[in-house]
Amino acid sequence: MAATTAVNPAGPILEVQDLDVRFYTSRGVVRAVDGVGFEVRPGEVFALVGESGCGKSTTALAVMRLLTPPGRIVGGRVLFDGTDLASLPEAEMARVRGKGISMIFQNPLSSLNPVYRAGAQTQEAILLDNVPRERAMRLALDVLRDVKIPDVEERARSYPHELSGGMRQRVMIGMMIARTPKLLIADEPTTALDVTIQAQILHLLLELRQRHRTSILVITHDFGIVAEIADRIGVMYAGHLVEQGDVFEVFDHPLHPYTRLLMRALPRIAKGEGRLETIPGSVPNLLELPEGCVFRPRCPVAADICARSAPRPVEVGPGHLVACHREGSR
Amino acid sequence: MFEYAVRKLAFGVLVVFAVTVILFAVMQLMPGDPIRLIANPRMTPEKMEQLRHQWGLDQPVYVQYFFWLARFLHGDFGTSIVTGQPVSFLIATRLPYTLALAGLALLLEYALAVPLGLIAAVKQNSALDRGIVFVSTILWSVPTFWLGILLMLLLAVKIPVFPISGYSGPLSIVLPALTLTLPALAGTLRLTRSEVLEAVREPYVLTAYAKGLPSRAVLIRHVLRNALIPVTMMFFLSLPWLLGGSVVVESIFSWPGMGRLLWKSIGVQDLPVVQGIVVIIAVLTVISNVAGDIVAGLLDPRIRLEIEGGER
Amino acid sequence: MRALVLSLREALKVRTFAVGSAILATVVIAAVLAPVLAPHTYQEMNIPQALTGPSRQYPFGTDNYGRCVFSRVIYGSRIALEVGFIVVVIETLIGVALGLIAGYYGGAVDRVVSFVTDMTWALPPQVLALAIVTALGPSLNNVVIAIAVVSWAQFARIIRSKTQALKNTPYVEAARALSESDLSIMLRYILPNTMGAVIVLTTLALPSAILSTTALSFLGLGAQPPQPDWGVILKDGISYMARAPWISIFPGLAIVWTVLGFNLLGEGLRDVLDPRLKV
Repeated sequence: MAATTAVNPAGPILEVQDLDVRFYTSRGVVRAVDGVGFEVRPGEVFALVGESGCGKSTTALAVMRLLTPPGRIVGGRVLFDGTDLASLPEAEMARVRGKGISMIFQNPLSSLNPVYRAGAQTQEAILLDNVPRERAMRLALDVLRDVKIPDVEERARSYPHELSGGMRQRVMIGMMIARTPKLLIADEPTTALDVTIQAQILHLLLELRQRHRTSILVITHDFGIVAEIADRIGVMYAGHLVEQGDVFEVFDHPLHPYTRLLMRALPRIAKGEGRLETIPGSVPNLLELPEGCVFRPRCPVAADICARSAPRPVEVGPGHLVACHREGSR
Repeated sequence: MFEYAVRKLAFGVLVVFAVTVILFAVMQLMPGDPIRLIANPRMTPEKMEQLRHQWGLDQPVYVQYFFWLARFLHGDFGTSIVTGQPVSFLIATRLPYTLALAGLALLLEYALAVPLGLIAAVKQNSALDRGIVFVSTILWSVPTFWLGILLMLLLAVKIPVFPISGYSGPLSIVLPALTLTLPALAGTLRLTRSEVLEAVREPYVLTAYAKGLPSRAVLIRHVLRNALIPVTMMFFLSLPWLLGGSVVVESIFSWPGMGRLLWKSIGVQDLPVVQGIVVIIAVLTVISNVAGDIVAGLLDPRIRLEIEGGER
Repeated sequence: MRALVLSLREALKVRTFAVGSAILATVVIAAVLAPVLAPHTYQEMNIPQALTGPSRQYPFGTDNYGRCVFSRVIYGSRIALEVGFIVVVIETLIGVALGLIAGYYGGAVDRVVSFVTDMTWALPPQVLALAIVTALGPSLNNVVIAIAVVSWAQFARIIRSKTQALKNTPYVEAARALSESDLSIMLRYILPNTMGAVIVLTTLALPSAILSTTALSFLGLGAQPPQPDWGVILKDGISYMARAPWISIFPGLAIVWTVLGFNLLGEGLRDVLDPRLKV
């Protein structure tokens, strides 16, 4: 079943506008996500990348309205198929989850309930569509077959801790696509897995995109994955989306100083020997962010204006946006 | 699952046997000659030898043990030195009282502790939660024997609501049961609360929400289903503790149960009675432990395979 | 060591720990300064004033021998703390040692130790302790032995599973490769890493030790009169419960106060050192 958008067949399936997420902790207010805006089009794979703590996972959770207190969405809109998710009552949001947007998580062992069998957990999702129990189980087995789990009947009767890491991740994926959502959010889907399994899972995700025209929002810190499956990429730093665009474009012509430094820091086999480059300085404490541009303290080309005001994203090329005073003004 | 249950059961039987061996050994080691205890001064040494032979007391220790064990398994627990009645009779008349007391205490404990613990967890850090935790922390620190005396003082002596002691009708069970229940309740309440609080933070709860499950389904099928596993296990493990507590409580309230009999028999060195009661208690304890293990295995598949993470 | 001190500072920020420490401070002061704080000695009899209620002269009233209940309770704190500590130290030593050995060596050694540990659960702790004291004879020393025997199992179990987890860590493997002796490995690498748990367990074992010893004294099997053990005072007071309830009430309050202090202290420590011990 192909996933088509109801409102606008050609428009983006997900449109995040000016999203602000804050955590009100006992030690202060953390601006985890600040003015983030991007869109994901039907059938495309968008990768949100950045270092740990940059706010990419928080953005994903915010889209799903799964933020745990003390985190809250304090501003912006999250348009899914035209509807602003941020303003929906919880009961309605629950209906969107799993059906419209789904999410798979990093560690499938702790993300699957240990006391229920794999098949039952998948069936549980399908039952939400008011399908009779027996049929739901058969559909669950079908889904598990789709995600390439061998010996489906036997694996379905297994508990999560009886399955291998790769198998568990497949179960998680199966569980989450069973109701053919239009958008699948994958939060570090392969980080906890072996390298060989990683490739299989990525391949699986691509196949899903192919077959059902599912859009995928991948959250990752691994540029290898980005290169492998992403169509477009968004780079985050300290809660801000500093650059976004077509993946080849950004890889070949990175504009934001942070993106440039990231690209230089990537180990490249072809280049031969040499020192691994690093980015000087360290990620700022989100409780005490610098004035103006958050990257300024580490930026090699910072100017006076960078200390005074935070740059807004500017479209520099087709679909290529960058938030930088220096680069954005060219 | 079956294999797991059988394993636990077999181990339980082994433990009970070990207890009987130890009990028998301790008895043998205790100073005093049973024959001399019942002998009168007019008995000649030959008569004593004859008695000794008659009772098999001149046999090697392990033979005596087997005879003793055989009698036990047939329900013959010997005779009370003090009253001359069969020990099994003495126990049989008292056991129901103790079971009633412990049983009621257990039910009360769980009927109160689990809902209260849940409420405290759901309304974490609210005034209600803090109040509940405060009271249970204090209850947890109260000695059972003092609580019994206090309750007796307040509700039977000063304000004669309940009978002071003994069994004179259904009301008599209230004070002793309360004395047993309250400290245990505190522990179970805190366990329930902390398990629920922990379960809510588990990643699989997030997954459940992400699937699109409504809050109520997540709470019941994912949070409670997991949080209540250790709580259910404790249900079975609570019974031995309550049995142990009954010794003191029954003594204070003169409740005609096994615990009081045990205490009195120890006082007069009525060994056969003491032995018989200890074995019965051991059997009940082992049954509770095995039942608890089996139920835990039923509820948590990780425990069946004895995987790390399922161990509590 | 330094980590421990830092943890202590963290701990004091936790309210339960702070309150628990404050409560215990009062008990320790009472124990240490007993001769100063108590208006009378614990044996001083004053028959004409027997069974009088709380007054300026006798803050907690007098018992049937005219002894000052307040003074007896104050002196009783010495017994409670002393006995409590001794019991817990013995429990800890046995439990930790056996837990380490069982966890480290595994195999047959583990099976034997585990069997013995599980055997301790064959009887309810109260009954087991009762049986042991009965067999050995009523005295405070025997009570200490009985309760230590009953309670070491929980230490052994937890230390055993921690040891099992730790014995496969890289630094232990490295030490083994360097032919370090087993004992050395256990003491230098594994034990320090279980210290957090040990401290918490020890602190939480104190309340139950005090409750058990006073219970056995209450039954007449522990401290013998005229020792002012709180359980003994309570027991003496039962016969006069209607006329002079203060004899039994105050020692009970002292027990609750002290046990509460240790409970709060232990919980505070646990939250700081090893939250996974929440059972």
